[in-house]
Amino acid sequence: MAKKVIEIKNLNYTYPDGTEALKSINLDIFAGESLGIIGPNGAGKSTLLLHLNGILKDKGQIKILDLEISEQNLPLIRSKVGLVFQDPDNQLFMPTVFDDVSFGPINMGLAKQEVISCVQSALKEVDMLESIKRTSHHLSFGEKKRISLATVLSMHPEILVLDEPSSNLDPKHRRQFINLLKKLNITKIIATHDLDLIAETCLRVALLDKGKIVAVGDTIDILMNKNLLETHSLEMSSVLS
Amino acid sequence: MRHSYLDEYSQINSLIHHLDPRIKIIIFVVFILFVIFTSPTSFKAFALYGLLITILVLLSKIPLQFFLRRSLNIIPFVLLISFFIPFIKEGKVAGGYSFGTLKLTVTYDGLMIFWNILIKAYLSILCMILVMVSTGFTDFLKALEKIKFPQLITMILSFMYRYIFVVEDELMKMQQAKEARSVGGSRWFHAKALANMLGVLFIRTYERAEAVYLAMCCRGFNGEIQTINDFQLGKKDWAFFFVMLAVLFGIRWAGG
Repeated sequence: MAKKVIEIKNLNYTYPDGTEALKSINLDIFAGESLGIIGPNGAGKSTLLLHLNGILKDKGQIKILDLEISEQNLPLIRSKVGLVFQDPDNQLFMPTVFDDVSFGPINMGLAKQEVISCVQSALKEVDMLESIKRTSHHLSFGEKKRISLATVLSMHPEILVLDEPSSNLDPKHRRQFINLLKKLNITKIIATHDLDLIAETCLRVALLDKGKIVAVGDTIDILMNKNLLETHSLEMSSVLS
Repeated sequence: MRHSYLDEYSQINSLIHHLDPRIKIIIFVVFILFVIFTSPTSFKAFALYGLLITILVLLSKIPLQFFLRRSLNIIPFVLLISFFIPFIKEGKVAGGYSFGTLKLTVTYDGLMIFWNILIKAYLSILCMILVMVSTGFTDFLKALEKIKFPQLITMILSFMYRYIFVVEDELMKMQQAKEARSVGGSRWFHAKALANMLGVLFIRTYERAEAVYLAMCCRGFNGEIQTINDFQLGKKDWAFFFVMLAVLFGIRWAGG
């Protein structure tokens, strides 16, 4: 068995307004795998993702790359876990593409030349190098999504965490994005209710509903289990059936 | 969307556009200081400053009409402030008008101050427009940062530049959603709906701010935004700097 990169033990999270978002979550994620986290709206997918680099903290234990989440470890953990938010307008907050993609590497304290080469290789990976000087609000939605990915790739993370990567993309750009994900050779955690995307990119799936993990297993087993999916407000893909 | 409002003429190939933004900002601030410290009666100096800024504008290849139009956006504020001075300032009376019981007198001193404010404001406005328009907004902010302008302000401006259109889009979409469901209804009803929309917009921007902050934390934000300094001062920049200084001193000397 491959090395555990993320170990979640008995994680609970309650939002300040009293909503219980996560209830006793136990999950291990292994080096090099792609794990899909599926579940209906409001299942707690995004909340779970926000725990993976210490943005949210509550009861329970999370170990990332054998590191406890603590103030001291946060900078290291955040440079190892690249989290891409669903709305690219939140992910891209700097005025130009270059500034945005270089934000992470600069904060990691890299030298100027290294920063520039990180930015260039990250943009090349998402096929957006020619947009390096553009301002973010002039980009199309698909371009914003790809640049969002580049903003964390430039930090050379070991684990990539994506929240709804395919939402609002048209079929062509969705296809491009999926191909891009397949090419990336790092540990990936993808939260979505786009089950076709999961079928293509992930071998293992965790099904989350009402803050609990309902099932974990091989993608095929879970995505073919019509009853299981339908009890949890999901639908079996017509392609798979 | 008028996304290009700020950067419409920032990509022209001209001497002024290619100057290092830091030099540009510094020399135009110096220019404005020279203008401000000119005595109101040295008309020759004002004429020469006017000539100088006209030459610079011509060098920048930005259409003159654009400058006039843009300056019209700002000059009303100056007028609003200075318009009453000739009537209020005491001194030798230049003329008087009476409207029934109301009597207005204009003094020479007052007129002089009015002229002084107007000409200095206009020359300064032209300088500012030239800097802003010939520099891309992002370069402008970066330059401010590199000349040690308070970072809090440049950060606020940079977020404003990034998000003002996002917020505008959101408002526009809400407006359209409201229009789509508006069938009749009184004016008062629509006004109330607008008030609600503004409230929603406020909450959304607030929530977006939180989300953006999280995204920043995820990428190692620790209270300070750093950017890469890719400005390089060349011979041309220094030449421009010293020529401008010499010309400014020359005008000061010639204008008395």
